[in-house]
Amino acid sequence: MCAAASLILGGVGGVLARRPAGRMIVYGGSLAIAVVALLAALAQLALGIAPDPLVVLPIGLPHLGASGLGMQFGMDDLAAAFLIIANIGGAAASLFALGYARHEAEPWRVLPVYPVFLAAMNLVVIAADAYGFLLCWEVMSLASWALVMAHHSEAATRRAGVIYLLMASAGTLALLLCFGLLAGPAGDYAFAAMRAVPRARWIGSAVMILALLGAGSKAGLVPLHVWLPRAHPAAPSHVSALMSGVMTKVAVYAFIRIAFDLAGPPAWWWGLVVLLAGGMTAVLGVLYALMEDDIKTILAYSTIENVGLIFVGLGLALAFKADGMMAAAALALTAALFHALNHMLFKSTLFFGAGAIQHATGTRDLAQLGGLIHRMRRSAVPMLIAALAIAALPPLNGFASEWLLLQAILLSPALPQFGLKLAVPAIGALVALSAAFAAACFVRLYGIAYLGRARGTAAAAAQETDRWSLSAMIVLAALCVAAGLLPGFAIDLLAPVTHALLGARVSTQAGLSWLTIVPVASRQNAYDPLLIALFIAISAVIGALALRRFGVRITRRAPAWGCGYQEFGPPARTLITQYSPSGFVQPIRRVFAGVIFRAHDEATLPLPGEAHPARLNLRWSDPAWSLLYAPLIGAIDWLAGQTNRLQFLTIRRYLAFVFMALVALLGWIALWG
Amino acid sequence: MSSATALSIAHVLAGALVLVSFMMLYQDRLSSVINVLALHAAVLGCAVGWQAYIQHAPELYITAGLALGFKAIVIPIALHRIVERFGIHRQVEAVGGISLTMLGGIGLVALSMVVMLRTAAHADALAREDVALALSVILLGMLMMVTRRNAVSQIAGFMSLENGLILAAAGAQGMPLVVEISVAFSVLIAFIVIGVFLFRIRERFDTVDSTALDAFRGEAS
Repeated sequence: MCAAASLILGGVGGVLARRPAGRMIVYGGSLAIAVVALLAALAQLALGIAPDPLVVLPIGLPHLGASGLGMQFGMDDLAAAFLIIANIGGAAASLFALGYARHEAEPWRVLPVYPVFLAAMNLVVIAADAYGFLLCWEVMSLASWALVMAHHSEAATRRAGVIYLLMASAGTLALLLCFGLLAGPAGDYAFAAMRAVPRARWIGSAVMILALLGAGSKAGLVPLHVWLPRAHPAAPSHVSALMSGVMTKVAVYAFIRIAFDLAGPPAWWWGLVVLLAGGMTAVLGVLYALMEDDIKTILAYSTIENVGLIFVGLGLALAFKADGMMAAAALALTAALFHALNHMLFKSTLFFGAGAIQHATGTRDLAQLGGLIHRMRRSAVPMLIAALAIAALPPLNGFASEWLLLQAILLSPALPQFGLKLAVPAIGALVALSAAFAAACFVRLYGIAYLGRARGTAAAAAQETDRWSLSAMIVLAALCVAAGLLPGFAIDLLAPVTHALLGARVSTQAGLSWLTIVPVASRQNAYDPLLIALFIAISAVIGALALRRFGVRITRRAPAWGCGYQEFGPPARTLITQYSPSGFVQPIRRVFAGVIFRAHDEATLPLPGEAHPARLNLRWSDPAWSLLYAPLIGAIDWLAGQTNRLQFLTIRRYLAFVFMALVALLGWIALWG
Repeated sequence: MSSATALSIAHVLAGALVLVSFMMLYQDRLSSVINVLALHAAVLGCAVGWQAYIQHAPELYITAGLALGFKAIVIPIALHRIVERFGIHRQVEAVGGISLTMLGGIGLVALSMVVMLRTAAHADALAREDVALALSVILLGMLMMVTRRNAVSQIAGFMSLENGLILAAAGAQGMPLVVEISVAFSVLIAFIVIGVFLFRIRERFDTVDSTALDAFRGEAS
C-alpha cells in the first residue's frame, strides 16, 4: 500500500536530506502519496469500492495467539473516514512545506522523519491487529518526537521533548494494558478475534478507562494535555499542523476503535465519564488559549478545546448507544467525526498562517505583531476564513459541526438515567461557553496580529509568504467554506461509518431542497447554510450601502488606535495606545481565570516624581501541574530518595538482604511449593 | 562393602560437615574461626574423597586433594598471617547472642530439610538427605557471613558456604564436569575475597580509589 512507499521515501529522504533537491522530492512524493491514499479512502466511503479486506504481512510477533501469523492491515469504513482526515492534512502540509521548508536551517533533521511520521499515522489507522497498531503508534510517537526536537538547540524545546516522551510512553502503556485485557486469556491480538471474545462487564469498563487514558493523553484531554502545548508549537509549522490537525485525530480514532468497536456493549456511565472529560477539556483548553501570548501555543491550546468538543460528541454517542438509542448515537458520532474533519481543515490552515507569520516576522509573540493584513494581504484571507470557522460562525464548517453536536445534546432528555439527564445539559452549556470563548480567542488572535498597526519593528517589515504555502492555505480554506456550505454531503459521506459501528445512520441529506440539513427528521430542526450565507451577504451589502449613503461624509485618515496621540508625539508613541493581547482578555481573566488558574494582575504605578514606567505583572499557574503533576513528581522524588539509601549500606546489610530473600523464597517453597 | 554402608558413611561425613559449620558459628576469636575453617575443609576433603571412592570417579580425588591441600592448609595459614599482621588475632568479636544464632541455624537446617522433602519427594531418600545437608551447610555459611562484622570471619563464612556447594556437586552422581565446576567456584571465591576487601575499603574511605589510601597514609604526592 501507499504507506510502504512513504516509508521508502523516508529512506530516500535520509540520503538526499543534505541536497537542495531533497526537499522537493520528499515533500512532492509525500504529497503524491497522500493524494493517492486520500482518493482510495474516498472511493471506499463514497462509492463502496473496497480493496482487499485484510492484508496479512509475513512479519510480526510469532506465536501470538491463534492467528499469530503477522501484522494485519485492513481498511474498513471507520479507517477510511480517518484516512481521509489524515491524508487531506498530510497532502496540505506537504504542499505547504514545498515552499515553507526552504527556510529550515537544518533540513536533514526533518526530511527523513517526515514521511515516516505520515506513514505511521496512516498505518495506525489501517492496522487490524493490536501488535501492528501499537508498533505503528509508537513509530508515530517517536517520529513526531524527532520532529519536535528538530530545533533542539532551544532549552524549552528539549524540555518539551522530555515531557512528550514521558507522556507518550505512559499513554502507550495504558493502550498496551488495554489491548492485553481485550485479547483476554486466549491472547489473540487480531481485532476480529477481539470482537468475538466474551468478556465480563468490569473488564470492558477497565478497557474503556484505559483507552480514555491512552488515547486521551495523545489527543490532549485535560489533565493529560501538559505535553501538547509545549510540543506542538516547538515543531516546524507544517509538522505542528500535522500534529494538531492529524495526530490528535489518530488518537480520537484509537478511542473510537476501542470504545465503540472492540470493547463490547457499553455501560451507561461510560458516556458520562467521557462527557465530563470532554466538557472540562473544552472549557479549560480555550481558557488556557486565552491566557497565552504565543500564537502557536494559542493554537495548540485551541486544539485541546476542539478535542474536548469531539470527545463530548463521542461521550454522547456512547451514552445513547448504551441505552439503545442508535439513531441519536449516530447523530452524536457523526457530529464528532465531522468536527474532527473540520478541525483538521481550519487548524492546519491556522498553523500554516502562524508559520508564515513566524517566518515573516521572526517572532510568535502576539504582543510584537499587528497590522499584518497590510503586508500579508493574500495569506490574511485564508487565515480570516479559518479563524471565523474555528470561532463557529455560520455559514462555515465549524458552526455546522457544533450545531450538529448541540442537536445531539438536545436529544438527551430522552435518556433514562438521571445522572445523564442532569449532566448532559450542563455539558451543553460548557460546549456553548467554550464556543463563545473560542470566538473571543480568535478575535484576539486575528485582531491583534493582523489588524491595527505593527507593535514591533519586525512586524512592520513582514513579507508575504511564498506561493506553495499560500496555495496550501487557500485550498484548505476553500475546503472549510465548501464543508460549511454543503454539510449534507459530509454527513452522507460519514453515514457508512456510523452504520458499521452502531447499525444506524443519520438520514440521507443529499435530496433535500436548498441543500438544507435536517439531522433529526421528527423534530424538523433544519440548518440551511446556503440561505444563511445569502442572508449574510445581502445584509452586509445593504449595511455597507446604508453607511455610505447615510453616514457622516466628512472623513479624516488617521492611524488606527491612534487615540489622538498622533497629533502630538512621534508615531512610535502611538503604537502602544493599541489594545495589547493581555489587555484584551483582562475581563475574561478577571472573571474566570482568577479561580481556575490563580491568575493575579499586579500593577506597579510610579509614584509622582519617579521616572520609571508603570508595569503590569501577570502571574498564573497551571492547575494540572500544581494539583496533579507536582505531587506526582514529588512522590517519585521521595521514593527515589528512599531507595537511594540502598546504595550506601554496609556489605553486611547487603548480604543480609540476599540471605533474607533466599530464606523467604525457601520458606515459600516449604510452605506452599 | 555393601552400598548401604558406603552411603551411610557418606551421610556421616556430610552430617559432620554440618556439625563443623555449627562449631564455626559460635567461635568468637578470629584464630579459632580460622582453625575451624581448616577443620571444615578437611572434613569436606574426606567427604569428597569418599564420594570419589564409592562413585569410582577419579576426578573427584582431585577435588578432594584441592580441598585438603588448598583450603585446609594454604588458605588458613595465609589467613592466620593476615590476622597476625593486622594484630587482630586476639580480638574478640561481639557477635550478639550466640544462642540466638544457634537457634537460627537450627531453624535453617530444618528449613532445608523441609524444602528438600517437598521438592525432591521422588528422589532417592539418601541422595535427598545429602543434598539437604549440603543446603544446610550453604545456609549456615550465609548466616555466618551475615552475623559477623569482621571481614576475615565473613571470608570464613563464605568459604564454608562454598564447601557446601562442592559437597552438593560431589554428591550428585553423573556429573562429569565436577572438577571444572569446583575450580570455577574457587576462582569465584578468590574474586569474592577481593570484593569483600574492596567493600571494606570503600566503607572506610568512601571510595575504592587506591590514591585515597595513599592520601590516608600520608604518601600523596
